[in-house]
Amino acid sequence: MSNFKLLKAPFNRENPITVQVLGICSALAVTVQMKPAIVMALSVIVVTAFSNLIISMLRNTIPPRIRIIVQLVVIAALVIIVDQLLKAYVYDVSQKLSVFVGLIITNCILMGRLEAFAMAQKPWPSFLDGIGNGIGYGLILVIVSFFRELLGSGSFYGHKVIPQSFYDAGYIDNGLMILPPMALITIGTIIWVQRSKNRDLIEK
Amino acid sequence: MFSNRYIFIYSSVMVILVAIALTIVAVLLKPMQEYNQRVEKMQNILISVHIESTPKNAEVLYKKYITESLVVNSKGEVKEGVNAFDLEMQVENKKKSEDKNLPIFICMSEKNEKYYIVPVRGKGLWGPIWGYVSFKEDLNTIVGTRFGHKSETPGLGAEINTPPFQNQFINKTILNNEGSFISVMVVKGGAPDSDMHGVDAISGGTITSKGLEAMVHDCIKEYTVYFSKIRK
Repeated sequence: MSNFKLLKAPFNRENPITVQVLGICSALAVTVQMKPAIVMALSVIVVTAFSNLIISMLRNTIPPRIRIIVQLVVIAALVIIVDQLLKAYVYDVSQKLSVFVGLIITNCILMGRLEAFAMAQKPWPSFLDGIGNGIGYGLILVIVSFFRELLGSGSFYGHKVIPQSFYDAGYIDNGLMILPPMALITIGTIIWVQRSKNRDLIEK
Repeated sequence: MFSNRYIFIYSSVMVILVAIALTIVAVLLKPMQEYNQRVEKMQNILISVHIESTPKNAEVLYKKYITESLVVNSKGEVKEGVNAFDLEMQVENKKKSEDKNLPIFICMSEKNEKYYIVPVRGKGLWGPIWGYVSFKEDLNTIVGTRFGHKSETPGLGAEINTPPFQNQFINKTILNNEGSFISVMVVKGGAPDSDMHGVDAISGGTITSKGLEAMVHDCIKEYTVYFSKIRK
């Protein structure tokens, strides 16, 4: 695969959430509003890109028997650094994300990409693969959080977009959208739309 | 093949390098993180007397409105040489009642009314809950409250930090007709509007509600002696 393809494939045909089905749990948890979802997506992009890069550079020195441990140490260190940076520069967002940044460590996208790609590929393709998968994950997060915030709280990136006259006429925000089950249904809808467009993704 | 020796050395070196890197990051960023926490605390104190602030103007507003802060003990004596703002309720709550440092923040509002703000801290269902309660000059009527929590259940116990719950406390009183301390109760099934000492509990958040009731009661009780001194 060419380098550009590596970067682009995870946006659609190899999307980590909808096709590889990795990282679903955090996609449910942080998508109530767009702002935390975007910060989470950026954090994951940084962590996937650099963990892929570091592991790929070390790949020939890592003893296979302890490779999972080495991968975890690299991921954990990066996540802690990201968490500390968020606490220092965007404190209010880090309060909202609370435990989820720490849980990037257990996000299956990271381990999945390290095992499947970075352990066997050169650093530059691995770095691109990391960025691509991070963005692919982020895209789904942004789409899901857009619908959940719009229908659940009537706002877009924290700004009210549904006019007061709607509420006066009896419109009510759908409280169900704020709860995790609706995130799962939204993701399900995205998967449905994606597969009806790319028929070859449908398993027999 | 890699020898055992190689594996041991490899993992040791890796762990040491990572530890050094993390230490450097933590030390470099610590001042900014502490500053953020201080600003958040100022914002919480201000919001308990209904003053909205942003992280940018919190420090200015805090200096403008919070004119005085002091530390008292449970005997009602003012303690010198302790900075009220830097006290951690987490630490103070572990001490015996007579050793506790009790901070009080005094606010001068736009209308030139004097408000007393006290911090509270207690246990929710999953972790600590905390907050600030502000009183009018009679030290009986509540002006406002601000509660926070670490990990209460979203949609249930976590509702304690929402305006609908917090605003119920406005104008409730902590003293009964005889003038003795009874605090504000959280009533399951809803408190009638006429109840001056009761607010509605959160449906499905009983343990958090009860924890909050105990927190408000226990923490404000420590101030009883000092408050009755001031009232006279």
